[in-house]
Amino acid sequence: MASETTAPLASLPATGSPTSGSHEIAGVRVPTRSAGSELRAIKVVWKRELIRFSRDRLRILTSLMQPFLFLFVLGTGLSRLASAGTHGVNLRTFVYPGVLCMAVMFTAMFSAASLVWDREFGFLREMMVAPVRRSSLVLGKCFGGATVAGFQGVIVLCLAGLVGVPYDAGLIAEIFALQLLLAFAITAFGVMVAARITQMQSFMALMQMAIMPMYFLSGALFPVSGLPRWLEILNRLDPLTYAVDPMRRAVFAHLHISAAARHALDPGVTWWSWHVSGLVEAAVVSLLGLLMLTIAIVEFGRAE
Amino acid sequence: MNESDAPITSSPAVTVNGLVKRYDEVEAVRGIDFEVAGGEIFGFLGPNGAGKSTTINMLCTLVRPSGGSATVAGHDVVGERDEVRRNIGLVFQDTTLDGYLSAEQNLRLHAELYGVPRELVRERMRQVMEMVGLWERRGTLVNTFSGGMKRRLEIARGLLHSPRVLFLDEPTVGLDPQTRSSIWRYIRELKAREDITIFLTTHYMDEAEYCDRIAIMDQGRIIVLDTPEALKAKVGKDRVQIETDDDQVAIAALRERFGIEATVAEGAVTFGVPEGEQFVPRLFDEWDPAHPPIRSVSVARPSLDDVFMSYTGTTIRDAESTSTDRMRNVARMMSR
Repeated sequence: MASETTAPLASLPATGSPTSGSHEIAGVRVPTRSAGSELRAIKVVWKRELIRFSRDRLRILTSLMQPFLFLFVLGTGLSRLASAGTHGVNLRTFVYPGVLCMAVMFTAMFSAASLVWDREFGFLREMMVAPVRRSSLVLGKCFGGATVAGFQGVIVLCLAGLVGVPYDAGLIAEIFALQLLLAFAITAFGVMVAARITQMQSFMALMQMAIMPMYFLSGALFPVSGLPRWLEILNRLDPLTYAVDPMRRAVFAHLHISAAARHALDPGVTWWSWHVSGLVEAAVVSLLGLLMLTIAIVEFGRAE
Repeated sequence: MNESDAPITSSPAVTVNGLVKRYDEVEAVRGIDFEVAGGEIFGFLGPNGAGKSTTINMLCTLVRPSGGSATVAGHDVVGERDEVRRNIGLVFQDTTLDGYLSAEQNLRLHAELYGVPRELVRERMRQVMEMVGLWERRGTLVNTFSGGMKRRLEIARGLLHSPRVLFLDEPTVGLDPQTRSSIWRYIRELKAREDITIFLTTHYMDEAEYCDRIAIMDQGRIIVLDTPEALKAKVGKDRVQIETDDDQVAIAALRERFGIEATVAEGAVTFGVPEGEQFVPRLFDEWDPAHPPIRSVSVARPSLDDVFMSYTGTTIRDAESTSTDRMRNVARMMSR
């Protein structure tokens, strides 16, 4: 048996007896844990997310198609019905922030879902046994998901001009920052859920159950003032409201439209009668994102 | 067969004291003690559900022990988890590769997670991949690999950060015989080349013979621990299996006539006698013609199977099927 073993090793410097020559192999000393190794772990998980996204052509294609459908098919179709109520503003311009949020949300959700796959196909275990903190893994995953979803957002940003949203540097930067924040929060939400849910079907069902109502209640597709009481309450409780609203404000701030149109389409979110500022809204999204991230970290830290 | 000429280095690679794991009502591991010397190939042998994987998971810091203590590479598995993790390589029963990445990307990712110094990564990667014969395929997506190639890649990955102890949980399960033997070739070469201790579990008797020492585990306990040779010597008997039309009558006849206690195992009347070959003529001479005739006889030198049988009273295959039944019952109860 021993004679046939040499073949695959031919390219190794196979000299000396096994006992004395065993150190020909480059010995690797794994360094002790440090902030550097945690940063590296975050980077590795993040990078993997990007590699996998770039490999998944179908996913890229779907992510390109969806906003087109919403903006140009649904937006165009509905605008024929809605032209009376939009005071001359193109409906596609109005729903643009909502469509952008949706694109970002779905991509972020799919990124988080890959965690469930990773568990099912075992790769999660490879990460869990590495000599790094679980929190680094969770952070890397959330950054990765946010980056991929952010990329999706950028595609929709590129379409801005086609639906009458001006390409203004300040506006683009503001929307970009807001959508990144949303991408991060949604990924954190998905990762938090994935810590508990171990089956893909259950995960997808649960996410649908959370995402769809969140989306429809958020005001992505309608103005948030003058709603029936019950809908107004639900709308104000919906976290997504606080991501869509500042984006819409940013867009409308760069439109030249009548005051009446502005009042009807971009009333801004109010708490009782207080007008919630865009910064507060962004803070609400950030805080919720951080809260879910913390829960996700605790949950994964506990898992054996 | 057993080339245990590599020196066994002084400090133990693994020490285990009174290790226990309880899952609610079930005690998966019921207090085990053993030591593995540095440089050893140590095998855990037993049927499915014997507690082997639970033990390995505790040693790898993946599962927290309910009681007792253990150290790996000199570090406590509970108190110094990261130290332990840095010093071990793991190959699990199920693949833990990312199928959407190439072989090389999988290894690079591992190198970064374990902090292998950047300047060493490529050289080390080449060494481990050449060892398992996958260097030429490094750019290929892992999804396109066969089961055997995946297992080899996992072994390479487990070695990438030069662990002091390599854990292999059922490294050859589900592989064809040819791939199994090549996996074993790598394992034994590895022992010759690197300063490494190999801790593995298997439920294949023939594989256990490649180990320097074996612990036989059954129902959460270590029943016996020794070298394969010593274990076989202790059995001291050849295994004889006979087939008849009426096993119960045959067992009774063996007891009356020869004073031998036989059992039915693997569908044949099975018993152990010293000097099996000499016993067979005697068996036929003295077999009462009134008894059902013997249709076939086989005599085998003691194997680890017999060792297992002599300590547990059942063959590993039979133990397996009963434990599968047990699991099936549990599953049935849970689904209710």
